[in-house]
Amino acid sequence: MKTLEQTTEEILGLAAQYFKIPREELDPGDDFYKKLKIDSLRALELITRLEHHFGIELPDYEVQGVTDFRTLANRIQARL
Amino acid sequence: MTTPQVQLSEKSKTLSWELRDGVLELALHHAPCNEIGTAMLGDLEKFVEALKAAEGKAGALIVYSHREAGFSAGADLRELYENSLVLKVAERAAGVRAFLERIHFVLNAIDASPLTTIAAVHGVTFGGGFELALTCDLIIADKMARFCFPELRLGLIPGFGGIPRLRRDIGNATVRDILLTGRSINSAKAMASGLVSQVVAEGEALRAARATAAQVCKFDRTTSAAAKQFLKPIPREELRREIDLFCELFERPAVMEGLGKFIRNKGPHPYLP
Repeated sequence: MKTLEQTTEEILGLAAQYFKIPREELDPGDDFYKKLKIDSLRALELITRLEHHFGIELPDYEVQGVTDFRTLANRIQARL
Repeated sequence: MTTPQVQLSEKSKTLSWELRDGVLELALHHAPCNEIGTAMLGDLEKFVEALKAAEGKAGALIVYSHREAGFSAGADLRELYENSLVLKVAERAAGVRAFLERIHFVLNAIDASPLTTIAAVHGVTFGGGFELALTCDLIIADKMARFCFPELRLGLIPGFGGIPRLRRDIGNATVRDILLTGRSINSAKAMASGLVSQVVAEGEALRAARATAAQVCKFDRTTSAAAKQFLKPIPREELRREIDLFCELFERPAVMEGLGKFIRNKGPHPYLP
């Protein structure tokens, strides 16, 4: 079972890889819409990548209103 | 008087089609993400003429998108809202019904085509875009494809034949999940649900669709068309009831309020139900 810290780190690494941002520029408390410069469509892309990476389903209503990596990690952790 | 000749290769404002090696390919290229409004509807109506003209020349149809964001974001809600705003309530319902009758004619024609039809989808495949994909015999999905019926968020139901075609293809419990929660599902879930026949790597859906089209074209067309007709009846009565229900719901003030809210929403979440 992954720890919340591991899950958070994997999310940050995946976001850095696919949205071409240096990993060191991303923090768990960052607003990922602003930091990754993404709109709602790209946010769906992020959710899809996270679902595939973690092998889970993440209903989008569970992440509505979620804007920071830490809360996103909590939502994912609850489904691992 | 001469009848205008139907072109088997044509590029219009929102889409293009081409007959190559016995396969008719329909490519959607309407920015930003193939929203289906009056412009695309008019082009789809012309395409349906080409589809009929291609019978006997083509064995398969592939429908795909050139837009990076996805296959199609569905109905053009901005146009629907703006066109409805200038009309009285009774006229709004009549206008919507006329549009639905036309799009149902197009989608029923694709659904019933004797060609073996394949939707090659990637990215956003929402609402009317999902409904277009559901008319095809096979859906081949890029790993990053995402499917959704967000209409209930606006106080509506899918109006382009989504519910009857979804019910035709998959179990009622999954239909209820997709429809009543308005959530989007990824390609793996769609595959597990029986909606999608193949999931391929990013950017590979069209290649896989072409390989599949080449395979299905090896078979006798009469037999393939007969098998399709046997397996895939058009749920005409339910499609008709769906139009009626959509128009009934559309007349309520809450729908225009919901559409207006969606159009004015400049936040990052408008596509998240």
